[in-house]
Amino acid sequence: MNEIWAGIVEAFRLIITLDRDLFEITLRSLQVSMSALVIACIFALPFGTWLAIRRFRFRRLTIATLNALMGLPPVVVGLIVYLLLSRSGPFGVLGLLFTPTAMIIAQVIIITPLIASLTHQAMRELWAEYHDLLISLNTTSRQRILTLIWDGRRALLTGALAGFGRAIGEVGAIMIVGGNIDHATRVLTTAIALETGKGDFALALGLGFVLIALALLVNFAIHTLSRTEQEGTW
Amino acid sequence: MIRLIAIVVSLFATTALAEKMKLAVTTSFHNSGLSDLLLPVILEDTGLEVQLLIVGTGQALRLGEAGDVDAILVHSEAAEEVFVENGYAPYRREIMYNDFVVVGPQTDPADIASADTAVDALTRIAIIKAPFVSRGDASGTHKKELFLWTSTKLDPKLFGTWYNAVGAGMGASLNTASGLGAYILTDRASWLNFANKGELDLLFEGDPILFNQYAYLPIDSKRHPHVNIQAQRLLESWLTSKRAETLINGYTVDGTNVFVFNAFR
Repeated sequence: MNEIWAGIVEAFRLIITLDRDLFEITLRSLQVSMSALVIACIFALPFGTWLAIRRFRFRRLTIATLNALMGLPPVVVGLIVYLLLSRSGPFGVLGLLFTPTAMIIAQVIIITPLIASLTHQAMRELWAEYHDLLISLNTTSRQRILTLIWDGRRALLTGALAGFGRAIGEVGAIMIVGGNIDHATRVLTTAIALETGKGDFALALGLGFVLIALALLVNFAIHTLSRTEQEGTW
Repeated sequence: MIRLIAIVVSLFATTALAEKMKLAVTTSFHNSGLSDLLLPVILEDTGLEVQLLIVGTGQALRLGEAGDVDAILVHSEAAEEVFVENGYAPYRREIMYNDFVVVGPQTDPADIASADTAVDALTRIAIIKAPFVSRGDASGTHKKELFLWTSTKLDPKLFGTWYNAVGAGMGASLNTASGLGAYILTDRASWLNFANKGELDLLFEGDPILFNQYAYLPIDSKRHPHVNIQAQRLLESWLTSKRAETLINGYTVDGTNVFVFNAFR
């Protein structure tokens, strides 16, 4: 109990003194996970919606696979991305290993199935409602997808935030492909793992509380900006 | 607000011009706190920004083989010699040493404090089956521990539940030992710097077999042409310099010297 209290105190100390290292790794955490989120959404939102409106032969199999991939183990993703980006691997010449870019790639792979799957779930309901209207208007597939994405944006927001949550709290993959290099690829979660390893629980917990606060802040900010849960617009 | 802006600006401005290299080091080197002392001085003296990858010796060797780092600093002589033999590094250069110690519960149920040798100490632990934590991660410390068990003529594979191979870094393993009240082999520097000692105490030290040599191995540029040779040489000449000698020998934790510089010049 003492240590949890020490962690809370440490979190406040870090924030109030505007700790330089804390700012750096927090910014990097945000930068990596936000980039991963944006890229994942570009793939996942149209794909999930397309899955909802399109009937094809392996649809059931595709959806089942997608749902299973939601639980993709980050450590395994990290290891595979490491082997691909390693100097001895197929993409070694790019020199991407141990850079924030490598971390973004790993996180995109981890969260894309999650967002696509949640998108598909939400869009299936909406498609049932819109089906007759959109068919009778003789819309193209592209128009249908865009209409559904726009009208279902609140549900998609939840999906995107779930993806962001998974990315910002993830440590297994980015530890392997990022290497936790000070001033280069260290983020909040890998710093927490490092400080725990040193037995400095107060600092580790302090960073942990900063991470939780950051996740809350991002969620509030997005909800405020998109004006959800307000009278008349929900 | 001005302070906030200053921080953000300086974040983007730092070390834009410095030469960079990646160095894989063992967890014990970093957990000892020595790297925090040396790296800023290296940057100041040579303009070289050393990016540390803190991993076990096993993983460090693996990163070196793949050419993902420019050099490695590890402590497992037998594995290093194989590494050089296989052509991954042209040579190994000894830099400094520290030593391993056995820590355990203050009550010391196996009475290892009165053991004559490290092998004797481990045998006593095995006889009463007192809880023991092993790194279990193919690190230099783990290899040393396995070497000691070989000398006791006991096979860790046949040990019961008292032998916990956790497969983690030095600090994480010490956390486990602290939680279990178990014995563990650790390097002295990591132990002195460890903040969660709990009921643990240093119980056995001083046997020459526990000597722990650190060596620097630059990755062979013939095999991996992309490695930064200039930075490799710069770092090696700094690590073997008078300045490094003074800093390494002068580094203390709680008033105890932890590393001894022994590079040949």
